[in-house]
Amino acid sequence: MFAATVAATATVLGILLFLLGYLVWQGASALSLDFFTHLPTPVGEAGGGMANALVGSAKLLLVAAVVGVPVGFLGGVYLAEYDGGRVAFAVRYAADVLNGIPSIVIGITVYGLLVVPFGHFSTLAGGIALGLLMIPVALRTTEEFLRLVPDTLRDASLALGAPQWVTVVRVVIPAGMRGILTGLLLSLARVAGETAPLLFTALSNRYWSPGWLQPTASLPVMIFTYAIAPYDDWHRQAWAAALVLLAIVLGANVVARLALGGRSTAQT
Amino acid sequence: MPASPMANAGRRAIAFPRLSPATPGVARPQPPPITRETVVPRTRSRRPAPRWRLADTAFRVTALGFALSVLAITGAIAVELFVQSAAARHAFGWSFLWTSVWDPVFSKFGALPFIYGTLATTAIALAIATPLGLGTAICLAELMPRRLGDGLTFLLELLVAVPSVVYGLMGVFVLVPLMRSIGAPIERLLGGIPLFSGPVYGIGLLTAGVLLAVMIVPYIIAVGREVLLAVPQAQRDGALALGATRWETVRQVVLPYARSGILGATFLALARALGETMAVTMVIGNRPEIAASLFAPAHTMAAVLANEFAEAASDVHLAALVEVALVLFGITLVVNAIARLLILGTRGTERARA
Repeated sequence: MFAATVAATATVLGILLFLLGYLVWQGASALSLDFFTHLPTPVGEAGGGMANALVGSAKLLLVAAVVGVPVGFLGGVYLAEYDGGRVAFAVRYAADVLNGIPSIVIGITVYGLLVVPFGHFSTLAGGIALGLLMIPVALRTTEEFLRLVPDTLRDASLALGAPQWVTVVRVVIPAGMRGILTGLLLSLARVAGETAPLLFTALSNRYWSPGWLQPTASLPVMIFTYAIAPYDDWHRQAWAAALVLLAIVLGANVVARLALGGRSTAQT
Repeated sequence: MPASPMANAGRRAIAFPRLSPATPGVARPQPPPITRETVVPRTRSRRPAPRWRLADTAFRVTALGFALSVLAITGAIAVELFVQSAAARHAFGWSFLWTSVWDPVFSKFGALPFIYGTLATTAIALAIATPLGLGTAICLAELMPRRLGDGLTFLLELLVAVPSVVYGLMGVFVLVPLMRSIGAPIERLLGGIPLFSGPVYGIGLLTAGVLLAVMIVPYIIAVGREVLLAVPQAQRDGALALGATRWETVRQVVLPYARSGILGATFLALARALGETMAVTMVIGNRPEIAASLFAPAHTMAAVLANEFAEAASDVHLAALVEVALVLFGITLVVNAIARLLILGTRGTERARA
């Protein structure tokens, strides 16, 4: 019977390695310098790239970080350092619920709250949708890593006469900083590949997005649009974009996991 | 205590044991717990007390505010979905859940085809992914040396991070042609049975289910292995000492012990599969019909949202879509809650028995 489990392992690893290998092969053959520096070309015209989508993704992630990091980080500090019993329980529960909400549902909510009132799709709305998505992971990892900081450090700081907030800001947070930063990086990486919440918040754009209140292209949405379009040239671009996106996301994950020394994050 | 091998090799016959800092057996007086009051007595404080107390309060309240905003955001999402779907809820009532006409032109909306599609694709995905994932988890946890298992798990956990749109791209260009060529002979052979009746387009219910299975297998493996590793070694030793083979040990001792945790892992994967949008919408065919065949195009709740929301024809159409989102929200809420309870359950019993 163990043979069956070995066969299952071989099957799973085989499928997954094939997928990655195929993606790298297809993506690498379609990737060129133009991809990073040029705008998309009109249908039928060869060449072109996704420079606007790369910049768009970066802008969206910036907005996401501005929204998600303070809430996740300071919320996590509260949960770890000022355990409020009933409040902490409610916040943890809410974070669990938020973590479980399908990302497309978040997109719909943001559409209702930020796109309809303003009257148009925008980078800001897309970034905020991504920011909401990263909150639960940022919150829980911050809390978890602050809890790993030994109490003796807190005691020593208090014994030297530091008020509690100085203890937290100058002693506890620096001690847990490495774990927290990697946690935040992981949460950003998680939302970097999200497509569904951007479909009706940031929409997409064939050109440079002129500002924060205009629709913008992003790598995931471009992959989606190009993959389901009927043009071979677009398919090649989609593979190239997928390879770039995967390299960014997996790169961030590898860095984070190596920094954490192999701690499991599958459940956060 | 053994002496350090490095210490004066051979010079002295007697190696002195190193003293551990806290000698066992000698009770050290326990200091009273340190609080802010013991450290900085109110009366003798050199700093004016109110100032740092003010800063302390300000910091605490700020952190509390951000923590509470999580609560507010989650609440706002639920309220927003409920309010925005009001028009559809009033127009169709509960029958929205079990009527299967979805016609934006005549403003008649029933969500059954989407609910069916979501449940069917998820069921197919779980039917494939659970045995594969569980088998792999057993292999990684019970058979492999810890190092190798850790390495492979690291690799598999990376796959959790692959964006779903990338899986969708794979699905469109690899899985769909594959399903077309595999499906055709099956249809010729078993086409008489409604479950396998054609035509085989390559896209459809089965393709979406298989793709979902590939996507959730890493979850089941990662969580399943962790749960299996949490089973105390004494349990295995006991079974082996009684003469059980290694497989019997796994089958009759380890798996029952880890049962609720494994179920939790499955539910976690189930929750992921239910809300999965991009990959599914790219390969399922997006047709709101309930067909008997596995090869027929279908639709899911998440997919219809992705496809129709941006170009909803009327207010009722929009409200109906938001109601679909509300239903999806409710289902994932319940499934996630069950998963958490099951996984917490194993951790709880483990702690109790340790």
